Amino acid sequence: MRRRALLASAAAIALTGCATQTPESGLRFFTPEEAAIVAAIADRLIPADDLGPGGREAGCAVFIDRQLAGAYGGSRDLYMRPPFLPGLPSQGAQSPLTPAARYRGALAALDAHCRAAFAGSGFADLDALRQDRVLAALEAGRIALAGGGRAFFELVLRDTIDGFFADPSYGGNQGMAGWRLIGFPGARYDYRDVVARHGEPYLEPPVALA
Amino acid sequence: MTIRLKPVDAVIIGFGWSGALLAEALSAAGLSVLALERGKFHDTAENFPPSRAPDELRYAVRHDLVVKPAENTLTFRNRVDQTALPVRAWGSFLPASGAGGGGVHWNGQTWRFRPSDFVLKTTIIERYGKNFLAPDLTIEDWGVTYAELEPYYDRFEYLCGISGKAGNLGGKIQPGGNPFEGARSRDYPTPPLTMPYAPALFADAARECGYHPFPQPAANLSQAYTNPLGVTLGACSYCGFCERFGCGNYAKASPQTTVMPILRRRPNFSLRTECLVLAITHDGKGGKARGVTYTDESGQVFFQPAEIVLLCAYTFENIRLLLLSGIGTPYDPGSGRGVVGRNYSYQTTSSVQLGFADKRLNPFIGAGALGMVVDDWNGEHYDHGPLGFIGGAYLAALAINGRPILNHPVPPGTPRWGAGWKRAVAKSYLRTTRLLASGSSLSHRGAYCDLDPTYRDRFGRPLLRLTFDFHPNDLRMSDFVTARLAKIARMMRPDWLAVEKREAPYSIVPYQSTHNVGGAVIGGDPATSVVNPYLQSWDLDNLFIIGASAFPQNPSYNPTGTVAALALRAAEAIIHRYLRAPGPLA
Repeated sequence: MRRRALLASAAAIALTGCATQTPESGLRFFTPEEAAIVAAIADRLIPADDLGPGGREAGCAVFIDRQLAGAYGGSRDLYMRPPFLPGLPSQGAQSPLTPAARYRGALAALDAHCRAAFAGSGFADLDALRQDRVLAALEAGRIALAGGGRAFFELVLRDTIDGFFADPSYGGNQGMAGWRLIGFPGARYDYRDVVARHGEPYLEPPVALA
Repeated sequence: MTIRLKPVDAVIIGFGWSGALLAEALSAAGLSVLALERGKFHDTAENFPPSRAPDELRYAVRHDLVVKPAENTLTFRNRVDQTALPVRAWGSFLPASGAGGGGVHWNGQTWRFRPSDFVLKTTIIERYGKNFLAPDLTIEDWGVTYAELEPYYDRFEYLCGISGKAGNLGGKIQPGGNPFEGARSRDYPTPPLTMPYAPALFADAARECGYHPFPQPAANLSQAYTNPLGVTLGACSYCGFCERFGCGNYAKASPQTTVMPILRRRPNFSLRTECLVLAITHDGKGGKARGVTYTDESGQVFFQPAEIVLLCAYTFENIRLLLLSGIGTPYDPGSGRGVVGRNYSYQTTSSVQLGFADKRLNPFIGAGALGMVVDDWNGEHYDHGPLGFIGGAYLAALAINGRPILNHPVPPGTPRWGAGWKRAVAKSYLRTTRLLASGSSLSHRGAYCDLDPTYRDRFGRPLLRLTFDFHPNDLRMSDFVTARLAKIARMMRPDWLAVEKREAPYSIVPYQSTHNVGGAVIGGDPATSVVNPYLQSWDLDNLFIIGASAFPQNPSYNPTGTVAALALRAAEAIIHRYLRAPGPLA
């Protein structure tokens, strides 16, 4: 009972402003606190404005939650045998940390950093200006987190954008917000009638996978 | 306990394009043929219906049709004095897995190599003298000529229904085609695709520069087509989900859409998927291959005896299986001796991105080989005497990969996130395109494959180790052709452009090309090649090693057409010569 209530409140925090979510969007990986931080980050990386919804309303945190609960989060498809040796940039990432482990560690460390720096306020409690400053500092490598502050910034930026543009069935891009923003028609799959109409606007609305 | 199976006439390792073409030819000739494929079974209706196929996250980002690094990967370093580390996640290239292999998720860019490509070493020495080539370049002639391969190129193009426009019919140059290509015996089976806006702008600009644009030959068919086996393919709908995806329209030529419907009806052919070949069993040099050992998903190990063994895996696994099976002499970069793993080469790509304020390019309209190409700065189409390098590139505007997760371009100087990024991406997506230079890659002494001393796969077998960097020749070539590409880009009068040069060191991280070639190369001399001009092992006459692993160096063009032509020529030699008198064919 207590767990169910917790999940419900987590979904409410993660999905504020999103009317299209169903009960199945209960969290699969994040704690409610983690989900709130990721939703807040996603909403600064892709802010809501006159062009359309931001990362929070688009469901980017739900997307990341589901990805982290699956093969991606556990690096299940990757080569994870030791030894893990430091390499050259040209040799690619050589860390034993999975994305799930990176988020778990980095979100706690980021929140602790914020609480120390901002009189007890966590990242999600900060105003937008302060959140942007924290993210810029993370991006620039000025905040040291276990597993690498800059590496975590790159990870969450990529995952947020992936979620914003992936098919809505993965939990992000709700209402096809990402696709509508840029004019991508989704899974239309047939442009034979318009391929030769150079320069003309394409007017059909986007479609998602069934 | 290893289970010993009933012998077959021919066993095929890997069921991609090479394996499928060999399977069709040898089963038609009456042989019992068994194909073993490490990946899953895939077919259009079950796996790529239009309601499931266009899933960018699953296929383009998470690589669903690519072998998982957890199952098989390789290690990589730039130079011999470095320690190779495993490729833990794919980046620079994407080796396929599953029935149809890379033939399922390829773009469909279907080229022939030029006549001079097959006699590159001779051509360069004759034209520029012996001292023109850097001493560490190890380029070779192929031992097979364009004229000998032409009928097989033709056969593959008609099997697939390739859409294009001939540039050279029987020596007569044709307007609108590639004036630099080798002579064709007939035109393409189907006409070119309809060009979207960006390739049309590119072609106009290229003409203004005095170049000769023509449509990219495409295995994405411009119209429905029935091939000589009686299999019908559909027309491309320009859906934009081609490279890294299966096609839901039966419109991209693949083993599934060209030969599998026929193979499935032949009782003397069988395909076993999720069967990984561990090694080839053989008598040693001068003897025979006896069959293959493989394991299925349950872990059961089988020995499959065969009269003929056809090694048709991807380049890396072809080389690795030879090394793991003790076939041929491994290459030693110190002495330059040995052949297995020698002459690895790649593709030297670069690009120019350009954006317009007022032109809607609609990049979501696309197909894997949809675009216009210029071949004026490729190979020996221009004089290299004063330039000090050899090779070149085709320059292209291809309407491919317009999907938003991996393609949401913004002008240089745009913030990477936040309100500024969002405004820029909203404005730029429909109005940005990319031009590509697909450059040659020369084999050299320090570029090779061997077995890694440290890292192993899930069966405890060493991973393949790749040692590679771009040769200075190729970097100079790339700078030269990229400048020509930028010239065309400026002639398109964009509002912004960004030149993306190719620089050393080669990195395994950003995607560049799945055109990994060489390592088991073709040639007329066993001291510098692994297979003879019929792709027959010099060491075991009933072992044929098929694929781009046979390329002694990589011309700029995409490899599949040449892989297929070599495979079909090998199949014919096996049927008409080897079966009658088993023994060395050269």
